[in-house]
Amino acid sequence: MKKMKNIFAETWGIIGVGIFIGILAPLLQYWGNPPNMGICVACFERDIAGAIGLHRAAVVQYIRPEIIGFVLGSLIAAYLFREFKPRLGSATVVRFFLGVFAMIGALVFLGCPWRGALRLAGGDGNAILGLLGLIFGIWIGTLFLKNGYNLGRSQQTHHAAGWMLPLLMIGLLILMLIFPQISGKEKNEILFYSMKGPGSMHVALLISLGVGLLIGFLAQRSRFCTMGAFRDLLLFRQIHLFSGFLALIITALVVNFILGQFKAGFAGQPVAHTMHVWNFAGMALSGLAYCLAGGCPGRQLFLAGEGDGDAAVFVLGMIVGAGISHNFGLASSPAGVGPYGISAVIIGLLVCLFIGFTMRKRIA
Amino acid sequence: MANTVDARGLSCPQPVLMTLDEIKAGNVDEIVVMVDNEASKENVSRAAQSKGWKLKNIQEKDGIYHITIGKE
Repeated sequence: MKKMKNIFAETWGIIGVGIFIGILAPLLQYWGNPPNMGICVACFERDIAGAIGLHRAAVVQYIRPEIIGFVLGSLIAAYLFREFKPRLGSATVVRFFLGVFAMIGALVFLGCPWRGALRLAGGDGNAILGLLGLIFGIWIGTLFLKNGYNLGRSQQTHHAAGWMLPLLMIGLLILMLIFPQISGKEKNEILFYSMKGPGSMHVALLISLGVGLLIGFLAQRSRFCTMGAFRDLLLFRQIHLFSGFLALIITALVVNFILGQFKAGFAGQPVAHTMHVWNFAGMALSGLAYCLAGGCPGRQLFLAGEGDGDAAVFVLGMIVGAGISHNFGLASSPAGVGPYGISAVIIGLLVCLFIGFTMRKRIA
Repeated sequence: MANTVDARGLSCPQPVLMTLDEIKAGNVDEIVVMVDNEASKENVSRAAQSKGWKLKNIQEKDGIYHITIGKE
């Protein structure tokens, strides 16, 4: 029996989802999220890492309900449309390290591809370097794909295994409800809350959770992926996913103009630095890692929501990577790259190249 | 005569790459692609159609999709 047609997987479906995110992300900024960071999967996972004390960068600590919403929204969609398929075991540990280095690269640029798009749509010229780096990294990844790179097959597993990351997200939400921010204090018994900086800027919990759930639901249906956008364009000359990403950028640009949030230039952009080479190289590292892992940070959350345990491990790798980045001075700040950021990008590129060259076993 | 591409347990872009390789090999007029997730099913269908192949049939058995594509 043929199931109901998935309209979100059609061209206008993916463009519609891009437009939807393009409207909501700048609105979240307008309502209180950090500038040019309405939604940034890397930044928000980094904030979660800070909230549970995996790093102690005081300005970026907050459990971001958007991330929780992404996973749970996707979970709900997957169950409603019978697409929840618990699976695991495609070179899982490799995916963990790809997640770690993807985050290290993202925090050198200061953003994931979603934020790259939102920074561009806010007039931040540095985002051009970042997005070019992203495309370069993905292009390297497509060369590996053409030469047989793959991480092998996953296996079906227990339903409970597919629930691990969704359960973690529910746990984080419960923690947030039991231990809310105490006014004027940066820590309660359990959680850290930023008093100043990006981590202190956030919309109300219900709004961010609601927006996260909606986007998670729609992105699961449409398979929205910012890495896939460029990968499919480079690999197959296919514009399907790219049209969604482009729709996001153009819509966010228009909404920023309407809200008065557009400010063109390179210097003095919010939560950004102007070291062009490292904006490019940081995103190149991330782009390569996303491509080798098969999805951008957002897509990995949506996959984890539909039961993909390998994607869940990539997400955990990113959260741990954020801890490493801030604990060892790898992350950038508006002043520029961190003391060991450059070395980390070079090591990360070498690790990704090693993975790309060595994991090419032919699929039987 | 139809060839079979077994892309079970693989996620994008592998199923599409394997399908396109088989199309490029040019040995057969009909290919059956086996995938185990909805996204791969959509992607393989889309890729085959972009190469001018026709979507002939999709059958689901125990969570595995058997996608039959054929030359026009």
